Amino acid sequence: MRTEPLPLLSRVADSVYWMGRYIERAENVARFIGVNLNLQLDLPLAPAHQWQPLIDTSGDAEIFRSRYGDATQARVIEYLAYDTENPNSIASCLRVARENARSIRETISSEMWTQVNAMYLQIQTQRSLPEPERLLDAFREIRMGCHLFQGIADATMSHNEAWHFLRLGRKLERADKTSRLLDVKYFMLLPSTSDIGTPYDDIHWSAVLKSVSGFEMYRKRFGRITPADVVDFLVMDQEFPRAVRYCIACASESLHAITGTPPGTFRYASEQLMGRLKAELDFASVETVIRGGLHEYLDGLQQKMNAIDDCLRDDFAVRTPRGATQALGQSGPGAA
Amino acid sequence: MRLNTYDAGGFYDEMFDAAGNARPEARLLLESIGSLEEGQLQRCQQAAERILVQLGITFNVYGDSAGTERPFPFDLVPRIIRAEEWDWIERGLTQRIHALNAFIDDIYHKQRIIKDGVIPEEVVRSAASFRPQCVGLNPPKGVWCHITGTDLVRGGDGQIYVLEDNLRVPSGVSYMLENRDLMKRTFPQVFEGLQVRPVFEYPSFLLHTLESIAPPRATGKPVVVLLTPGIYNSAYFEHSYLAQKMGIPLVEGRDLVVEDDRVWMRTTKGLRRVDVIYRRIDDDFLDPEAFRPDSLLSVPGLLRAYKAGNVALANAPGNGVADDKVMYAYVPEMIRYYEDEDPIIPNVETYLCWRDTDRQHVLQNLHALVVKAANEAGGYGMLVGPHASVAERDAFKDKIQANPRNYIAQPTLALSRVPTLVGDHLEGRHVDLRPYILYGDDIRVVPGGLTRVALRKGSLVVNSSQGGGSKDTWVLSATPIAAGIAA
Repeated sequence: MRTEPLPLLSRVADSVYWMGRYIERAENVARFIGVNLNLQLDLPLAPAHQWQPLIDTSGDAEIFRSRYGDATQARVIEYLAYDTENPNSIASCLRVARENARSIRETISSEMWTQVNAMYLQIQTQRSLPEPERLLDAFREIRMGCHLFQGIADATMSHNEAWHFLRLGRKLERADKTSRLLDVKYFMLLPSTSDIGTPYDDIHWSAVLKSVSGFEMYRKRFGRITPADVVDFLVMDQEFPRAVRYCIACASESLHAITGTPPGTFRYASEQLMGRLKAELDFASVETVIRGGLHEYLDGLQQKMNAIDDCLRDDFAVRTPRGATQALGQSGPGAA
Repeated sequence: MRLNTYDAGGFYDEMFDAAGNARPEARLLLESIGSLEEGQLQRCQQAAERILVQLGITFNVYGDSAGTERPFPFDLVPRIIRAEEWDWIERGLTQRIHALNAFIDDIYHKQRIIKDGVIPEEVVRSAASFRPQCVGLNPPKGVWCHITGTDLVRGGDGQIYVLEDNLRVPSGVSYMLENRDLMKRTFPQVFEGLQVRPVFEYPSFLLHTLESIAPPRATGKPVVVLLTPGIYNSAYFEHSYLAQKMGIPLVEGRDLVVEDDRVWMRTTKGLRRVDVIYRRIDDDFLDPEAFRPDSLLSVPGLLRAYKAGNVALANAPGNGVADDKVMYAYVPEMIRYYEDEDPIIPNVETYLCWRDTDRQHVLQNLHALVVKAANEAGGYGMLVGPHASVAERDAFKDKIQANPRNYIAQPTLALSRVPTLVGDHLEGRHVDLRPYILYGDDIRVVPGGLTRVALRKGSLVVNSSQGGGSKDTWVLSATPIAAGIAA
């Protein structure tokens, strides 16, 4: 008789999930910095316009101002990449990812651990800002390091419950970051409708696409760059791996793989919220979204994703033995 | 690399005899080290150190800020053990563990050995590691010490002695396994022509041992878990390493809960039964209901579940009673009593400070003796007489007189040495050897062990917490080496 695999410890599920989220977060910060560095070469702007928005995306404008003052390239990069007091800097993300990985070394593959540890050690040794000619490469390496981690995870770890928690964390984080990036850029890029269709506009929207490695794929899909098509592509595309809809579809798939609940139905609160969000994205149209206000729409998406994150914690943690067995209706002391 | 300047310094050297000639079992290895270009051994050594950091093979340092990890220093020159000598060690350890297990079982039941006057009752009753909670306990298959790491040393006379029986929660086996991997990765050429017995089966043997003590259940494979105090414990790397190699969950106290005298773990799908716990937590921290009430690592009710026979613990709680340094002095008597045999591996001569004549001798000869607290490990609570100052010795005199039961003394052993890379050349450094013994359906000794080396010049303290490192340990196979390969 074939034995059922043991379900994951709740603590381990939590750690794999956050390891996935933090590595993805580190990758996204590296992306934002890399694209801004590129953009600056194409279209130099005053630092306030060039670098301040990156701080705004993170929601840390006040903390940044009090510690660093005006947003210059060097200061923003320092804060976003290397500042260990910033809990979302690349250095902090990789530290937390490694800490989580260390507590679940028996669950992940040795190769995955070695890669997280290597990225952590690398950024530890990079104490100060890289030389200007090394800047772009430095962030490219971090991005590639994160890709390598995902590839190693997919190729060396069984696609079991733990792997699905990892993927769930990664996809939710990615959806969140794509929506935030779009939110900030859309707000920045559309202050005066007179710019629409000018070369500046093109460069900016290209930068947005490039920051999610989506420029080439967008071209194949839509050709000319228009804000509405970019929104359509980054939010509602079914095939582009960093589009919100695609990410939510994957997250939903992993969630159902974890619970065993058939797709389209739910037993857990997180499945219910995920299902609703997925349906909303599946049946949305870009015209309606823009007419209703893109910012409001994206803000709503982020809140829904946060609510899913909250529910995951409750759905898969066993706090008190009696209560939990009743709530989940799973086997427990009374059932065995 | 030149070896002709190597000086054994009057100590027993594991690779060279008293006349300075290579011992037969070390000859091939020394030839291949001798044929290396200048600097090549150092380059291999540096590569090994880099790999240790990359793989995160570290131990946590207590008393340092929380979470400080350090790689456990590794020396590339292995320690070699002849096949016949290993056979003798294996027989000696098997005999010793069998007797120790019989002793523990006896102490928590009829205490025949006391009634027959072999060991004074006072010694047992005053042992800090005696657990009254365990009186009358019947662990599965009568086994109390499933995993043991016995410390062996070789003295200046060339004789191997047992120095300590680590029965409670012995550590270090992960370094034995990683050291071999590291050697194969960085210095593969030296294995050529030698029949080095593999150690990689240890995790399989360990899992097998743990599964063998599972309480009977109607269906399915037993659920075995490894219980760790958490990521800040000094041996955390080893806990996660062994769990990974055995493919079992690594749990912390907070992951477990006892209900209806059964142990459960908190999973994403509710609670799941646990059958066997390989616990890497000391007795005192296991269960606040039975032992220390202030423990934060523990699982309330664990001992109840254990007593009810619903979960197996390895090692069994209470087995430390035989691991007390005073009890150590009686192990040869235990072997004669339970096995009706003479001990194969001798003890180091030991003075028990609670005996008046022994104490007088110890107090008068502190400069020549090593004094140890009866119930400490890790090189703590220890005085190395010849290396101590007058003030340190006086402080120990006071301690011994205030609490004689807690101290034993032994002659300072001239531990054997193994050539070790220091800068660009080899120097002798003192070593010990910790083989690992598994006891489930039968007793098994993995051919190898952890060779710890005191890296500081002249030091006799090999503990990782006190500046020690480790070496790969090669047990050679008795099978003759094929002539073609050796050439």
